[in-house]
Amino acid sequence: MKKKYHITRRKAIVAGLTSLGGILLTGCVKKSPPTYGNLLRMGDALTYAAHRALLPGQSLVKEYQQSDISAFPATGTTNPGDPARRGDHEVAYSEAYARLHSGSFNDWRLQVEGRVARPGAYSLADLKGFSARTQITRHTCEEGWNAIAEWTGVPLRTVLNSAGIMTSARYVNFHAYDGYMESIDMLDAFHPQTILAYGMNGQDLPVPHGAPVRLRVETQIGYKSVKYLQRIVVTDEFVDTGDTGWAWYTGI
Amino acid sequence: MTALSANTRHRRWVRLSHWLVTVSFFALAFSGYEILMVHPRLYWGETGNDLTPALFELPISRNYHHGGWEKTEHFSKTSGSPLSASRSYEIFNQNGWGRSLHFLAAWVLVITGLFYLLAGIFSGHIKQRLWPAAKEFSARLFSKDFISHFRKIPPVSNGGNYGLLQKYTYMAVIFLLLPLTAMTGLTMSPAITAAYPFLLKIFAGAQSARTIHFFASFLLLLFLVVHVIMVIRSGFRQQMRAMTIGK
Repeated sequence: MKKKYHITRRKAIVAGLTSLGGILLTGCVKKSPPTYGNLLRMGDALTYAAHRALLPGQSLVKEYQQSDISAFPATGTTNPGDPARRGDHEVAYSEAYARLHSGSFNDWRLQVEGRVARPGAYSLADLKGFSARTQITRHTCEEGWNAIAEWTGVPLRTVLNSAGIMTSARYVNFHAYDGYMESIDMLDAFHPQTILAYGMNGQDLPVPHGAPVRLRVETQIGYKSVKYLQRIVVTDEFVDTGDTGWAWYTGI
Repeated sequence: MTALSANTRHRRWVRLSHWLVTVSFFALAFSGYEILMVHPRLYWGETGNDLTPALFELPISRNYHHGGWEKTEHFSKTSGSPLSASRSYEIFNQNGWGRSLHFLAAWVLVITGLFYLLAGIFSGHIKQRLWPAAKEFSARLFSKDFISHFRKIPPVSNGGNYGLLQKYTYMAVIFLLLPLTAMTGLTMSPAITAAYPFLLKIFAGAQSARTIHFFASFLLLLFLVVHVIMVIRSGFRQQMRAMTIGK
């Protein structure tokens, strides 16, 4: 579940300024993920197109038994509020997250905005108010390891429908407290097993695994399953944050 | 140096697919090794990670036995509760280009492979040149051909006219090892196993598929080494001419 945290403070400022410029020039959003003239990204685009064209719709991933649940390493950011990591150039420290954590996430709100009729902020209680889905699934890390856990949460599509997602919407973007950002297309966003998980193995989601709420995209590699969710932005077009050196689509 | 007779020359499409496979195979081996370096542990079954026992481990990167883990904790206080631990070690990881190059090269290999199979079936290449003739299904001929490989090889072989052991080896590579690496590779993909869960069944789980992928790739590398040795021993210049300009 390792992916470069492409947003450090300096990069955030630069990215903020360039994206501001991008919005002004309307040159930063695209219909589909760009390939930057990079042969590797063209291969990724071919894989994405082939999966969407050849694989049948929204097949469900295999769900396992309680007895299949395995040990589960926590990698990448394991606590964005850890003051010991304040000076770490790689892991973005979030004072806001540290405050929310010390308040047992009572003040945590998930912003849902962009191409939705009713933008809003959802508390943990709001999310738990929707009918929950529990699934025992396999997490596949790009590094080569995997692990099985039980996840409890609300299907993303329930939240998107509640916010009144517009028919022109094409991508859902996820922003996390550690500065991480990912996006998925509508097929994966409306997949029945794509959930906003607040429970893991029958407990509240632990901090190393993304408390209070993380995304679970079961049809893709682990780094799409963003931890420490802060904000969801629905867009009509692909939001280009530049070539990170990693594939955008990771169904393979 | 004698020229090959017209009917034993490598056909143009055979030569083209040979070199496309060569290029994609080198890219796959290179990127595959990088991917293995990131997690040099192999397992059997559905799951496997740093907190579960490995079938075996390979000392091929700084990630081998790195041990950079914070205290292992249980998810809950109930007995038998699963374990978790946070990683506190910056691992070697170049999978950004590694994975993308691996899948790009896999596309070249799969498309070339399908083209080769279709051309091979419809041109009669597979039936006439790869499949052993009825009289060749003989243990005596097989052992004779096997032993002859350890003796002096005649300087010029026959281009596309393959020996018995050569036929079996090429058949194993084309119909067994290459499809096996492709199928086990697909079994590691969450989107593909969602659509085709039987893959997880036939390979006994996602981590077993990864381990089979590793062994099949190792055998392919072994084949490459022996193949190059035989090309050199049977006349490098002649063989290279046969597989490039076809004469």
